[in-house]
Amino acid sequence: MHNLLKIALRNLLRYKRRTLLTTSLIVLGVVFVLVFVSVTGSFKSMMIAQNTDAMLGHFQVHRKGYVASIDNLPLNMNLKGGAIGRLEKILTGEKEIAAYSPRIKFGAMFSTYVETTNIRLNGIDPERELATAPLLATRVLDGKKILGRGELWIPELLAKGMKVKVGDTVVIVATNQDGSVNGKQLIVAGILESVTGPGGRDGYLHIDDAAEILRLEEKEISEFALRLKDFDQLAPVSERLAGLLAQELNQQDKPIFELHTWEKLSPFFNIARMIDVMTLFIKLMLIAIVLISIMNVMIMAVYERVREIGTMAAIGTLPGKILSLFMLEGFCLGVAGAAVGNLLGVAIIWILNLSHISYDFGRQEGLILQAGINWPELAVISVIVIVGSVLASLQPAFKASRLDPIKALRHV
Amino acid sequence: MALVQALGLRKTYRVGDVEVEAIRGIDFSIAPESFVSFVGPSGSGKSTLLNMIGCLDRPSGGTLRVMDRDVATMNRKESASFRGRNIGFIFQDFNLLPVLTVYENIEYPLLMVQDTPAAERKSRVMTLLAAVGMAEQRDKYPSQISGGQKQRVAVARALVTNPKLVLADEPTANLDHQTAYLVIDLMKKMRSEFATTFIFSTHDQKIVGEAEIIHTLEDGLLKSSANQGEASHA
Repeated sequence: MHNLLKIALRNLLRYKRRTLLTTSLIVLGVVFVLVFVSVTGSFKSMMIAQNTDAMLGHFQVHRKGYVASIDNLPLNMNLKGGAIGRLEKILTGEKEIAAYSPRIKFGAMFSTYVETTNIRLNGIDPERELATAPLLATRVLDGKKILGRGELWIPELLAKGMKVKVGDTVVIVATNQDGSVNGKQLIVAGILESVTGPGGRDGYLHIDDAAEILRLEEKEISEFALRLKDFDQLAPVSERLAGLLAQELNQQDKPIFELHTWEKLSPFFNIARMIDVMTLFIKLMLIAIVLISIMNVMIMAVYERVREIGTMAAIGTLPGKILSLFMLEGFCLGVAGAAVGNLLGVAIIWILNLSHISYDFGRQEGLILQAGINWPELAVISVIVIVGSVLASLQPAFKASRLDPIKALRHV
Repeated sequence: MALVQALGLRKTYRVGDVEVEAIRGIDFSIAPESFVSFVGPSGSGKSTLLNMIGCLDRPSGGTLRVMDRDVATMNRKESASFRGRNIGFIFQDFNLLPVLTVYENIEYPLLMVQDTPAAERKSRVMTLLAAVGMAEQRDKYPSQISGGQKQRVAVARALVTNPKLVLADEPTANLDHQTAYLVIDLMKKMRSEFATTFIFSTHDQKIVGEAEIIHTLEDGLLKSSANQGEASHA
């Protein structure tokens, strides 16, 4: 094999310009795919993290049917005492869950005494919420990073529109399940950055204040947001948990709970899927580039070296060795293209990160591009290029190995 | 026992709808360690005959046995393996591999065909390099040496596997007369030194005289066979 490799490399170096051109084409393809995958992958990861770590959690559990009416924030679909206990028992038994946070979600009127508007609110246990959605605190643009009793975080757009500042006193008025109206004075403790996604423009208050405003006589919650120790375990854990929850039935033998992963709750998941589809197409383009360029160069190589192949065959070189020689040439082109492409791609990503390129996404402005190198993707791209190169060499190599030595020796 | 034996040997080609009889039923035998030449004008069937003796082509009729193997029964892989073990080739256009040095070209059959151990490979290549007078050019590439030198390298490459038979199709056609004689002398010398049978084809009458046995072909038929100048009609 070593000797075949030596001959293959020398043959590639013999046609320097052609080898350089073919390798350059592969390098360009690899760089393009690598940079694309890194930039879109980083964007995707950032958006997923923002959706899960600043708002949704990795997945949520509601009373069955709640999510179908979530736009109305229906208080009559809240989970109550017994169900909460059964649910917490299941959640505490699941070792993969890092934290979970109860929330009461409701719609209310927000009044500054001068102006009034509507607001969607989340009643949270601050410590448990920050354990479940740790990036929530990073959204506080101004004010306290931890919420206390009698305090309120309001979204940035509302604060601007209503000219409300941190420290101002406002009134929250809400109608409870029975239709009675109640209000409570709260102090604006923080202004939250508005982000794209569900709950990105909600306000937050302490869960006990929410229960007080809604005049809840017993413990009620709208949802549990859950955070996993390992995000990559989302699918198996949610599947396992959904199975356990499905066994919890009400008096009518119907399931009490429903579980939704962030993918079902956030429209951004469709954008993430679109990014994945685009990445797939870009990879297909890379495969096409590799196949066409390598096959072209190898067909030329066989055509130009027919007499050499005839000589090798005449003096007893077995067809398998001739096949291996040409496939090794394709393999070497692929390895060189992948190696140089990866190095160049990593360098470009590094330069992109040093350049601190900023971009806007929805209401969010000045996000800094932090393209991470996706090592598994880099490995996949390398494998695609190398396997593609070998496959593209197969037909020309097979043709070379099947050449009739007599005809090949007569070739001009 | 004959090294090569042909009985009623025929070879027919199909060119479009026309059948061309390149060899029309010939008989001959070649003894081991002989220095044989097939002569005749272009189209007489010399190359076709050498291709069949070299197991590069199969007879259409009759029998051809080389080293007691029936050439017609060998498949592609068997014939390649047989050639690699038993037959050396010298070509009109030298056919050295351009990416290999003189040393590597001679070493090629040992390395790629016979998987000979490194120490033995080196010893055999060095012996052949010295025998053909190319030791000093060992690191040069074919593009850096003359036509005569290339053919000397080709002779060394043909002999490096210690074949029982070396076939040379018009080995001097691309050489000037002086170089051609040198190459034929070298082949003769190698025949004695390595106890190998040399069969070569030529249409050069001056070179023909160097052969010990001369078979004359004409239109696919063996017209005459002469031993050391004593002609005898077949």
